[in-house]
Amino acid sequence: MHPRLLPYLLLLPAAFFLCVFFLYPFFLVAWQAFFTDAGEYTTEFFSEMLGHWKFEGALKNTLILTLIVVPIQTALALFMATLVSGMKKGRDIALYIWTIPLGISDLAAGIIWLAIFEQTGFLNSFLYTLGLIDQPQTFLGYQSKTTIFVAIVLAEVWRATAIMLVILVAGMGLIPKEYYECADVFGASRWKQFTRITLPLLKPSLQTALILRVILAFEVFAVVVTLGGTNLPVLMSEIYVWQFDLRDAHVAAAYAMVVLAISILCTLVIMWALRTPKEARI
Amino acid sequence: MAEINIKQVAKRFGKTQALHSIDLNVEDQEFLVLLGASGCGKTTLLRIIAGLETASDGEVWIGGKRIDKLRPKDRGIAMVFQNYAVFPHLTVFENIAFGLRMQKLDQSTIDKRVKRTSELMHIDSLLERYSGQLSGGQRQRVAVARALATEPSVLLMDEPLSNLDALLRMEMRAELKTVLAESKTTTVYVTHDQVEAMSMADRIAVMHEGEIVQSASAIEVYRDPATQFVGSFIGNPPMNFLNAKSSGNGEWNIEGLLLQGPSDRTAIQFAIRPEDLQLCGVKSSTESNTDQLIEPDKLHATVRVIEPLGSHKLASCKVGDALFRVVLDSDSSVSAGDVLALKPLPDRVRWFDPESNKAMA
Repeated sequence: MHPRLLPYLLLLPAAFFLCVFFLYPFFLVAWQAFFTDAGEYTTEFFSEMLGHWKFEGALKNTLILTLIVVPIQTALALFMATLVSGMKKGRDIALYIWTIPLGISDLAAGIIWLAIFEQTGFLNSFLYTLGLIDQPQTFLGYQSKTTIFVAIVLAEVWRATAIMLVILVAGMGLIPKEYYECADVFGASRWKQFTRITLPLLKPSLQTALILRVILAFEVFAVVVTLGGTNLPVLMSEIYVWQFDLRDAHVAAAYAMVVLAISILCTLVIMWALRTPKEARI
Repeated sequence: MAEINIKQVAKRFGKTQALHSIDLNVEDQEFLVLLGASGCGKTTLLRIIAGLETASDGEVWIGGKRIDKLRPKDRGIAMVFQNYAVFPHLTVFENIAFGLRMQKLDQSTIDKRVKRTSELMHIDSLLERYSGQLSGGQRQRVAVARALATEPSVLLMDEPLSNLDALLRMEMRAELKTVLAESKTTTVYVTHDQVEAMSMADRIAVMHEGEIVQSASAIEVYRDPATQFVGSFIGNPPMNFLNAKSSGNGEWNIEGLLLQGPSDRTAIQFAIRPEDLQLCGVKSSTESNTDQLIEPDKLHATVRVIEPLGSHKLASCKVGDALFRVVLDSDSSVSAGDVLALKPLPDRVRWFDPESNKAMA
């Protein structure tokens, strides 16, 4: 056999697997969003989705949540990565500890934060013990959407910053030390070194981390459901509701298309915004 | 005025003593080369001057000001790195302007300086390019231009030519020498390449195991090495060393050759450069009797290998049990197995103390 064919042959099983379990269901979902059970093309499901009173809230909540969580995580991950990269000793230990939340499922993470915020939770007993409150407070009730929102942001930041951190630490490791020594000699302050050298040279890693994180942020589900229940609808929870409670796979598929569309759009924007000209690469 | 005074600078890395109490003065506008094998501490010393490394002991002064506690940027230095450290995300213009922007100079001054230094380094046509579009030699030029643009009082160079190919290195060597002579900047230049050191330096400081063993002009370091190490490190091929036996009254016997030398010693080493020997006779290996060739004013060397090197031939010989190299004329017809009768040029003979390995006056 021709040796040039071998790599393709080895890729075949994985490609086949992806086709059967990703591409095929994907087309099925897309089909369901645009075609009736009888096989006629229709925009009826999209109209139904758009016309539903929860759609706007779900879209808004998802976007605002992403817009708040991702910048916080990016800044935090950059800061932590800088700290870790500058460490001489204990670097690995710090990294292991900071990445512990990565090993926890998002549902478990949601439950952990629920245990903190619920009526008989840690926060209430803590405040009660300190004498700051007379009786347990309802933090996550339907009247306190802002608190639910803050709790979700906290849980998401706690849970998913580490994935960005890991990518950024790896990226910083690729920047030669000589650039910083050179910057030292030519008088660049720490902050200037960060903005003039680290950030531009970190663009490829930042790109990867952001795309990954933003797509995952659009798919936020378990944390929101555990902390907010139905009080704070997001796109993913609406898909669940339509699919399993309202038993309408077509509208659920339309929602899925929306998530796909904004994911693709954001990916393209991030790729464009953080592009590195070919000649300026390391 | 920007002379450098290094006073008893020492550096320890854990238990390793990288530098032993270095004293060194570099005059204003002098081009000093720190020469030594890898691991001898030359780069450490340079980095201490730059402020990228902190000395364990001692003081560094530049232009009459103590600077070893200052940050690199406050020392009035610029540096050219071994791997150039030309920023890949900046154009050549912005690379050269980097130091100037950090000093917050106004745009017209930056334009002027970048123009001047880029013309000086012949890269004025490349200003819009990125590092990835440059050859190694061009990157090197950018690194030098960036350093010169800040108009430093001291320029530090860490093996700047070691990543270039041989021909380009020779070209850059001559060019750097011209540019630096014109810029009148005090320069400390680190290299392990003795040819580079000898061709460029006003003065060479030879380093060995964390100490400066000799600091003198190129010709002096070559002719009068202060220690055996200098003699065998500098010069290609290196200096020849032979043990001498005393035959009384300051006369020494070197494998049959009798020479007058220092009289106050019991043991001594004779040393001579391979090109400082005069070939007085050749006894071919096919002739059986070599005894009649023995003369007390000649050294007798049995040729092992002949290497024709174009401009000359290098003969690796045996004198007694010791390896002995001789530079021969490229036309000479000597072949392996021949015995050479060699007469050392009297004023080029050097003597070393075998205990301290130091040269004897």
